[in-house]
Amino acid sequence: MWGFLKRPVVVTADINLSLVALTGMGLLSRLWRLTYPRAVVLFRRIRWQFFVEQNWSSVVAFPEYSSNVPVWSLRLLPALAGALSVPMAYQIVLELHFSHCAAMGAALLMLIENALITQSRLMLLESVLIFFNLLAVLSYLKFFNCQKHSPFSLSWWFWLTLTGVACSCAVGIKYMGVFTYVLVLGVAAVHAWHLLGDQTLSNVCVFCHLLARAVALLVIPVVLYLLFFYVHLILVFRSGPHDQIMSSAFQASLEGGLARITQGQPLEVAFGSQVTLRNVFGKPVPCWLHSHQDTYPMIYENGRGSSHQQQVTCYPFKDVNNWWIVKDPRRHQLVVSSPPRPVRHGDMVQLVHGMTTRSLNTHDVAAPLSPHSQEVSCYIDYNISMPAQNLWRLEIVNRGSDTDVWKTILSEVRFVHVNTSAVLKLSGAHLPDWGYRQLEIVGEKLSRGYHGSTVWNVEEHRYGASQEQRERERELHSPAQVDVSRNLSFMARFSELQWRMLALRSDDSEHKYSSSPLEWVTLDTNIAYWLHPRTSAQIHLLGNIVIWVSGSLALAIYALLSLWYLLRRRRNVHDLPQDAWLRWVLAGALCAGGWAVNYLPFFLMEKTLFLYHYLPALTFQILLLPVVLQHISDHLCRSQLQRSIFSALVVAWYSSACHVSNTLRPLTYGDKSLSPHELKALRWKDSWDILIRKH
Amino acid sequence: MPPATGGGLAESELRPRRGRCGPQAARAAGRDVAAEAVARSPKRPAWGSRRFEAVGWWALLALVTLLSFATRFHRLDEPPHICWDETHFGKMGSYYINRTFFFDVHPPLGKMLIGLAGYLSGYDGTFLFQKPGDKYEHHSYMGMRGFCAFLGSWLVPFAYLTVLDLSKSLSAALLTAALLTFDTGCLTLSQYILLDPILMFFIMAAMLSMVKYNSCADRPFSAPWWFWLSLTGVSLAGALGVKFVGLFIILQVGLNTIADLWYLFGDLSLSLVTVGKHLTARVLCLIVLPLALYTATFAVHFMVLSKSGPGDGFFSSAFQARLSGNNLHNASIPEHLAYGSVITVKNLRMAIGYLHSHRHLYPEGIGARQQQVTTYLHKDYNNLWIIKKHNTNSDPLDPSFPVEFVRHGDIIRLEHKETSRNLHSHYHEAPMTRKHYQVTGYGINGTGDSNDFWRIEVVNRKFGNRIKVLRSRIRFIHLVTGCVLGSSGKVLPKWGWEQLEVTCTPYLKETLNSIWNVEDHINPKLPNISLDVLQPSFPEILLESHMVMIRGNSGLKPKDNEFTSKPWHWPINYQGLRFSGVNDTDFRVYLLGNPVVWWLNLLSIALYLLSGSIIAVAMQRGARLPAEVAGLSQVLLRGGGQVLLGWTLHYFPFFLMGRVLYFHHYFPAMLFSSMLTGILWDTLLRLCAWGLASWPLARGIHVAGILSLLLGTAYSFYLFHPLAYGMVGPLAQDPQSPMAGLRWLDSWDF
Repeated sequence: MWGFLKRPVVVTADINLSLVALTGMGLLSRLWRLTYPRAVVLFRRIRWQFFVEQNWSSVVAFPEYSSNVPVWSLRLLPALAGALSVPMAYQIVLELHFSHCAAMGAALLMLIENALITQSRLMLLESVLIFFNLLAVLSYLKFFNCQKHSPFSLSWWFWLTLTGVACSCAVGIKYMGVFTYVLVLGVAAVHAWHLLGDQTLSNVCVFCHLLARAVALLVIPVVLYLLFFYVHLILVFRSGPHDQIMSSAFQASLEGGLARITQGQPLEVAFGSQVTLRNVFGKPVPCWLHSHQDTYPMIYENGRGSSHQQQVTCYPFKDVNNWWIVKDPRRHQLVVSSPPRPVRHGDMVQLVHGMTTRSLNTHDVAAPLSPHSQEVSCYIDYNISMPAQNLWRLEIVNRGSDTDVWKTILSEVRFVHVNTSAVLKLSGAHLPDWGYRQLEIVGEKLSRGYHGSTVWNVEEHRYGASQEQRERERELHSPAQVDVSRNLSFMARFSELQWRMLALRSDDSEHKYSSSPLEWVTLDTNIAYWLHPRTSAQIHLLGNIVIWVSGSLALAIYALLSLWYLLRRRRNVHDLPQDAWLRWVLAGALCAGGWAVNYLPFFLMEKTLFLYHYLPALTFQILLLPVVLQHISDHLCRSQLQRSIFSALVVAWYSSACHVSNTLRPLTYGDKSLSPHELKALRWKDSWDILIRKH
Repeated sequence: MPPATGGGLAESELRPRRGRCGPQAARAAGRDVAAEAVARSPKRPAWGSRRFEAVGWWALLALVTLLSFATRFHRLDEPPHICWDETHFGKMGSYYINRTFFFDVHPPLGKMLIGLAGYLSGYDGTFLFQKPGDKYEHHSYMGMRGFCAFLGSWLVPFAYLTVLDLSKSLSAALLTAALLTFDTGCLTLSQYILLDPILMFFIMAAMLSMVKYNSCADRPFSAPWWFWLSLTGVSLAGALGVKFVGLFIILQVGLNTIADLWYLFGDLSLSLVTVGKHLTARVLCLIVLPLALYTATFAVHFMVLSKSGPGDGFFSSAFQARLSGNNLHNASIPEHLAYGSVITVKNLRMAIGYLHSHRHLYPEGIGARQQQVTTYLHKDYNNLWIIKKHNTNSDPLDPSFPVEFVRHGDIIRLEHKETSRNLHSHYHEAPMTRKHYQVTGYGINGTGDSNDFWRIEVVNRKFGNRIKVLRSRIRFIHLVTGCVLGSSGKVLPKWGWEQLEVTCTPYLKETLNSIWNVEDHINPKLPNISLDVLQPSFPEILLESHMVMIRGNSGLKPKDNEFTSKPWHWPINYQGLRFSGVNDTDFRVYLLGNPVVWWLNLLSIALYLLSGSIIAVAMQRGARLPAEVAGLSQVLLRGGGQVLLGWTLHYFPFFLMGRVLYFHHYFPAMLFSSMLTGILWDTLLRLCAWGLASWPLARGIHVAGILSLLLGTAYSFYLFHPLAYGMVGPLAQDPQSPMAGLRWLDSWDF
């Protein structure tokens, strides 16, 4: 009972001082004067994964943050992540079974890489992404090393789970995280395949191993990822600036915004209902079916004629002219009878424009901008040989059965013209000035299959009650009423949000600082993040060119050496001992592979790319550098003398990297105002865009 | 793939069977089916001797070929009007016959062959091929269609032989042949003047000869080995010469060759010299030979097309000078540029075109709202510019003024002839390349501001020299901003009529984008001089035409708000293509795969992945498979894997393509998919039979399975054949239509 008194209380602390020192230096380099500058840098994207990616407007003037924005705490997380990446690099190289020296080398390179410092000192996501990428790799390596001596131990489970968690975090931060996830999955799959071949293990044991990996690396990330979005949708329940991108149903599930209007609308559209119709496709902009008093010009610019009837367009703003009344062709009244007669799939309807009481019409006249399609107009009877053709058949695209009722927001419908079987479609073209630059609506004659531009949904809806036109106009001007609420399931909202994020294409036009992947390897480009409003102090995303070049060189050396070794091994000449070979392969698979998966996919992407997209790939290149150097020193230097010379060279090379890093420091921290002459001296490449004030 | 596949496989499969079920039992099952098929012919060969077996083998092959030819040539002449893309490829065939130069995004071999077929069959190249639906009337079109159908018919026997070689099983081969013969899609695609039958012919020929040379691997450097190896090379050249899709089969052969060499390299019994010989042989036959042939097709192409035609403007001035009828051919124009000359200015980079402007403004929000300046590939009067002095606006063509030549280093103004606006640049971002400055047309009737001044410089020449038409390489340097006029080569959006962007680059890098030459030159005051323009060498022409083709291909972008076919639609046979006819009174042909075949293919891919991974895992776990199963699983993994690779390579790259895609792009992949189906079902049925039952019953199960699949596809073909052979009458929505019950998906519109 008193046993503990008999023995002294001993705490054995095993502190790796180099690790502590590295962490300290990392924190210092990333956190130093973190709140400077108190201005919005060019790419302010503190939107995390939650907000649908949008285009940046290039911020020419850099607005200052107002004093109540906690700049320091907002910038802290990326900075911490950036700082912790430094000791993490050390750990990874160590776990790859390379020497402490090599590990220190990797960490020191991470420490002085200017691009990484810049990126992690601002409110940007890349450093957090890099952190989780490295964490995933590190924990997989730890797990893999546990696998050899103590499978199913506590630490084995811990590292395995952490791999999955880190992967899902990486994906949750930016979709780019998928690349590293795929890499880890690939390496894990190869290792699992080897495990399968291990005939000393029983079938049950192998099955347990595979199951554990599947749960940790497949199930956990997916569940976590869903969870992130669940939390996101709970947190972000108010409508915001990017609502219009989402479908009406999605918007209706957000508090405020559309929900405020649509809440309590009658669900089923009946004959006599007043509705606004939104195009489902929403490209180039989300818009509503619209008409106004003006008519199509008699003769277009190119000499073709029109019907001179009232214009029908698609209008991207809410407007009283967006209201249409669903009319039963067999009756005359424009109000909802009681009980309301709901409109079903296949019913014949007329759409009467609320403000002008003209009905939607299409006929065999070429549309203004898409001559292959029919013109759509609101019918004006000019008493010439142009009869009204204003009957439309309603098709509910997402119907459950053929007797489905047309529902507000939920139903996606097509209007098929009865006489010509043309389909009401948004062509996407902007009308010229006579059409107020609104979007063109056409009747598509050869409509094939499903396409969003021919599909519409009711967004705002109410039962019309006013008989008289004037009364009706007043009714249309007043906001719609409210009483039922509707919920979209989480999965439906999740999948829609995912889809929109993936499908949302940024403009294909270039940004001033956008670049192509080929320019990244040789650092032919930079990004100006910030310029002091008065002096010429400025922050650039600019890498340490020595590290970039030697990183690419190391990659090339690695590839050539591997090819050489492979060919020799195939002819049964083993240059390397087996364990050194395995180490070499694993290091290459993770580091060179990490570079490849984080870099090569960009060649296939059509979106606008920036230099910072290369940073995750660069991190992996930096990890590869010391690995290659140590390999050269261990296996290719034959004598002690050669080894010493090589070490001296490495030291000289590293100090040159330090020197470069220090020279570029003013552009990294933006703390010093440089003279135009000094700035010109820093412009080592013609393609670097360093801002020089003209006085 | 280790080359021992073929021979080794067959034995590993045959021997155990023999041991178990008596002599030649393995072939028996296959032959049984053969018997079924042959039974239709009056004589039923007695078996037992090797000779009869060989006769049976040949008879079966002949039957398969015959059936294929019969289906492809049946009603080939209908409809007697242009269907779908015949309008393009028929027209291009006519161009060859008329020897007029044209431009197309595909390499020339396919169209050349079509032209040759037309020529040989007496077509005179006078039909205009204007639009689908035009009647051929008295023009002879059957030669061209017949040629395409002829090549298309060979697909079936090729697939048959390939599968036979991969699986050593007649029933698998027969199943594949039936799937392809009875597929309405393949049938339709083979019946018209299109590139696809030609392309698929070469793809399948390459695949077949590759498989054959793999199976000759035990006798390297023998005559058949050389034959098949070089035939592979020839077919690869053919495939690439028809369409760039041929790159996929090249990739497949390349992968196969690398694996093959890797295997040989690891064989320590072979000396390095022998391995070197193997390598050289492959380099010769698979790289040098195809390249030579491919280049030869281009040589023929340029030789045949010697007259100026619709494609001229896509090419450089030097290139155009080759074509008779072009105004640069034996051109006689004033040699030195003078003030007041009307000129066209062409960018030196390939496939950029002429400096162009038109009466449209840059849209709001994109730089200044001034007149657009672009580059344009076609010859057009909007490409004309007048070269003027920067400081005077007097008409230099006034006869009272002396002629004054433009010299290197002069400050000039370029006035657009049609709109009288000056070429202008200023500190605004260019529309696409934001790092550059915008170039516009500015000013009224030639009066603008100092931003209209450009310094004209000749590359690598002294100041003060005159500027020569066509031969001088010119740069235009903007005087105020110091930037250089260039084209970025990027396609402007709709507002710019999808012409190419012109910018002024502040980066003074020496690139072809910013170098121009003067092409047309009109100045009545100067004497015309006949120029023999430097003739471009053949490699230059070759390179240039490839650049133009690549640019043309990437220019085929789908437009928003258009219905486009997506790659995932294809294997599920989601939607077909209308070849001819829309309404119920038209003669309608609809390109759609036979759904039974296609869905069976789809199911087979899933099943293959499942069974393949089960077998692979079992083998990795070191399970001891019975010899029969081991043999069959080898067939499944090796042969099936080979074919699956082909399917993957011919299908998945389309997901990455930005250009407009069509349903018919899937057909090469579909051929591989059908071969996989044949191998898979035969192997699975054998495995099943082996697992379930004793010998006679096992044979019964296998035969019954294969037979039912054969009959099923044949019956589905009977149902769907009007799609390919054409139908008239009410559309399928109409219950009156004979096709009424067959519209299984709403997206099929026949």
